Amino acid sequence: MKRRSFFKASAAAGTVLPLTLNGMGVKTFEDSPLLRSLGRRSADGKVLVIINLSGGNDGLNTLIPIDQYSNLSKARNDILIPQDKVLPFWDKPAAGLHPKLSGLRDLYNGGMLSAIQAVGYPNPNYSHFRSTDIWMSGSDSSDSWTTGWMGRYLDGQYTGYPKGYPTATMPDPLAIQIGQLVSLTFMGPEVNMGMAITDPTTFYNLANGTTDPTPSTPAGNELAFLRLMAQQTNQYATVIKNAAAKGTNKSNKYPTGGRQPLSNQLKIVAKLISGGLKTPVYMVSIGGFDTHSEQVDSTDHTLGSHGSLMQQLGDAIAAFQDDIKLLGLEDRVVGMTFSEFGRRVMSNASNGTDHGAAAPMFVFGKAVQNGVIGANPTIPSTVTVNDNLPMQYDFRQVYASVLTDWFELPAADVKTAMGGKDFNTLPIFKANKASIEDYVDLVSRISLNNIYPNPAVQNAQISYFTESGHVKLSVFDATGQLVSVLKDEWHGHGTYVADFNVVGLRKGNYYIQLSQGEKRITEVLLVQ
Amino acid sequence: MDRKAFFQRMKTATTGTGFVDEGAVGLLDGAGKKSLSRRTNTGTKAYTGTFGKDELMHLLRRTLFGVKLSDYNLYKGKTLEQVVDALLNVSSTLPNPPLNNYGNLVNDPNVPYGSTWVNAASDPAVEPYRMGSVKSWFWGQMLKQAPDIQAKMVLFWHNHFALQFLEIPDARACYVYTKVLYTHALGNFKDLTRAVTIDPAMLFYLNGRLNTKRAPDENYARELQELFTLGKGPNSKYSEDDVKAMAKVLTGWSINPLTNPFSTAFVSVNHDSTDKQFSAFYGNTVIKGQTGINAGNTELDDLLTMIFKVDEVALFICRKLYEYFVYYDIDDSVETNVIVPLAKVFRDSGYSTKAVLKTLLMSEHFFDSWNRACVIKDPLSQQVGFCREMELKFPNATDYFLLYQMYNMGLSFGQLTQLNLGDPPNVAGWPAWYQKPLFHRSWINSDTLPKRSQFTDYLLLIGHKVGTYTLLVDPWVFVKQLSNPGKADDLIAECVSHLLPMSINATQTASLKEVLLPGGIPDYNWSDEYRAATDPSDPNNATALSTATAKLRYLLKSIMNLSEYQLS
Repeated sequence: MKRRSFFKASAAAGTVLPLTLNGMGVKTFEDSPLLRSLGRRSADGKVLVIINLSGGNDGLNTLIPIDQYSNLSKARNDILIPQDKVLPFWDKPAAGLHPKLSGLRDLYNGGMLSAIQAVGYPNPNYSHFRSTDIWMSGSDSSDSWTTGWMGRYLDGQYTGYPKGYPTATMPDPLAIQIGQLVSLTFMGPEVNMGMAITDPTTFYNLANGTTDPTPSTPAGNELAFLRLMAQQTNQYATVIKNAAAKGTNKSNKYPTGGRQPLSNQLKIVAKLISGGLKTPVYMVSIGGFDTHSEQVDSTDHTLGSHGSLMQQLGDAIAAFQDDIKLLGLEDRVVGMTFSEFGRRVMSNASNGTDHGAAAPMFVFGKAVQNGVIGANPTIPSTVTVNDNLPMQYDFRQVYASVLTDWFELPAADVKTAMGGKDFNTLPIFKANKASIEDYVDLVSRISLNNIYPNPAVQNAQISYFTESGHVKLSVFDATGQLVSVLKDEWHGHGTYVADFNVVGLRKGNYYIQLSQGEKRITEVLLVQ
Repeated sequence: MDRKAFFQRMKTATTGTGFVDEGAVGLLDGAGKKSLSRRTNTGTKAYTGTFGKDELMHLLRRTLFGVKLSDYNLYKGKTLEQVVDALLNVSSTLPNPPLNNYGNLVNDPNVPYGSTWVNAASDPAVEPYRMGSVKSWFWGQMLKQAPDIQAKMVLFWHNHFALQFLEIPDARACYVYTKVLYTHALGNFKDLTRAVTIDPAMLFYLNGRLNTKRAPDENYARELQELFTLGKGPNSKYSEDDVKAMAKVLTGWSINPLTNPFSTAFVSVNHDSTDKQFSAFYGNTVIKGQTGINAGNTELDDLLTMIFKVDEVALFICRKLYEYFVYYDIDDSVETNVIVPLAKVFRDSGYSTKAVLKTLLMSEHFFDSWNRACVIKDPLSQQVGFCREMELKFPNATDYFLLYQMYNMGLSFGQLTQLNLGDPPNVAGWPAWYQKPLFHRSWINSDTLPKRSQFTDYLLLIGHKVGTYTLLVDPWVFVKQLSNPGKADDLIAECVSHLLPMSINATQTASLKEVLLPGGIPDYNWSDEYRAATDPSDPNNATALSTATAKLRYLLKSIMNLSEYQLS
């Protein structure tokens, strides 16, 4: 049975868990193995909260490779966080978090944080706008798509939307963005699936317009769009208002004082989820990450604009997760951060950093495998202004992981949502088959497993393992001359085999060299 | 499956599910648009058809923030060319500068209440008040627009050369930036680009002030190409190295914070005087490194000469003008028949904004019925437009505090509906003017659409009250200018034809009539009521005036609550 038909069937049978979490229920729900297993089988009720860090977050000052300090201090001394201030992971002291991210550190200690190193995409684009579009649509760098990755997912789940919606089984908006704008992320093939709200408690009733036909002209099209928006707004305003009235916040950790845009947005999200909305996706956002200048306070590098953003981010997420726990929603909610790019390895002269490439992402919640996925980035000893961190993981691997392991989407549907491409999942969620233990060595791992046959007469097969990253496999002769480059490309985490044809080569010793960043491994191959 | 096939499949999969009602709306394509069977092939040839009321109103709606009845009367009877020339012939006098409107809240030691602060020394304690002043003032200038295209073009350039006032630490610099926009609004685009490049606020906003030979900062060099001149279309193929070379050309430009107001400075010791090599996209141009005090000017001129030689510049700007004034959908036909010829006019005129607008606004394409009523109003067009249509009476110019409070109310509603004048979301401007595929539709969602109606309802029914002053529409100001408001059908028809860009159907008309004549009572009842309300000697004058005024408020409110009112 397809997942969706399962839900329809169970809804009809009255077995779908009620989302009324007021008063009773929550504890029982957690304690009952039967209910828990039912809950686990169903993706219904699961929620993803996307946190957009707009402007390009400086990943190297967020998730800090502590083992790279000597080179980091050459590359970005004027913005570097003092090493003794970094918050190291208790079990992986080679990496740590910005000192103002104590909120995330606490989540890590509580087993609820997955940090994914150096996430990006091939051929990075350094324009905010293009790169934001790429992240939101899930396209390749060279493509320009008009639908969003979540829009495509929701389109697959709620076929035909908006025609006929709201329905009895989906009475609520498909996606909610806190703010005045709905992003490309939620753009479906027909309409945007997202609903923008700034305040869930007050809605203004719109006049109910006519539903008469509109002419087949551009003006008619726009008029139809306006009428649809009016109609949807009225339909969904009531359910949101009701959810806001019924919902509550239980955590006292939400920061007060100063501007707390992110915290306030997440508070609304927690309230709406606790109020019973079935909406599966929310997006919140915080700007200010485009730290070209005055990223840090020159006298105290833990302060300054980036430090303040880190504080807001960590505190807001910690408070939200606390709230979710107190509301008994831990099994249903996860969060994910993303930013359109990271920043350059080398700092600029303005106490800041320019647009860069790969950067870490965080996924949090009870459902994640706690840990750090991927190796610390390797910082070269001499860094130039153009140096960027190579990506270890494609951002669409993270998306595919969310869809597969959180929303329990079958592989074929994941592929559809990802625009027809396959992406390997990462062990972000407990539901993933792979263990995070295979990914947690912070020092990049590569190994040459086997060269067979050796000695070789015709063809040698070289088997090697690598963490995600750019890998080069080269052959040198006994005098050190380069004979051949067998691979020079980005690899995902895994074991690979390369063929090397030795026919016509002079007999003798050859050196097979596998390299990733500054790491090199060499083995000898004898050609006969 | 490749991407194309994938989307093809998606499209097929949605066939038949339709949207609302098949017959009514038909099938939508990937952009949420109905696939239209017909499209227009009209181009930039001068329009020679009828230039009647519909055509004049279409032209005025697109070029003004709302059309006052007096605007319409001013241009009625003139030829198309006469009207377009008048719309483009904007005043070269700059608007009066923003004033100290905050004297009753905080003492500005350098500026008396009611005087301008734009050339006075700055003071951290009053800076936030000055920022409030310049932002409210900016909104007020839109409201006070002359019946020409200037205000609309200032907003266009503000969106194009976007910066955020609240990121600039000096309100005086924000004012100077607006002067640049007003000065060049209808002038030469290359001159405007040059002026913006070394505008103090822009030097601050995009870090030009920090761009030195020891530490080049690419921020401005990137946006100068990507957002300001070439765009990011497929034919805009400058390289990352071009960004870096361009940053070097611009090294040394800085700001002097000690002048009143703070000003542009060129610091020659910070200028990189090596030769700068550009890619094949720029014909492998080398910009010769210069030294001395004129190095910055010389190299900037060379740089702009190089950039403006690229055909893509004119194409990019013409596409943006098209999206702003005509419609956001640029298909192959529009590209070939409108954009390409317009870009040629632009280039041939040496980048005269006036020349390109004249061609566009007089073109058969602009007046093609296909292109009417299809622009979703931006928040300023909706809100400033409403105030102008209703000729809302703002406080006297000498009631500085009160007047700016009212401007601030307008500014705030703009912010609530996504257009915070002076503060676009980022350097790319407002998404509705660049973000595919939604474009103008980005203005409208469940959050903003209700607030748009709230704005018109508020000022028609309740009014914005500060102290003893209430900013409230007097519906008679508008209604009394109509030709036959005493006859219900004529009143409704005239209101609709002036306030909406398209006709409405019989049901909608009937529901409007219900406001004037509840329960379907005969038409003469309104005529009697109107007569009594407008004749002070009528014994029922007071009662009739009160009920008729209320009805007119609700009539106008009902018209502005129609989806059609959001279109231009």
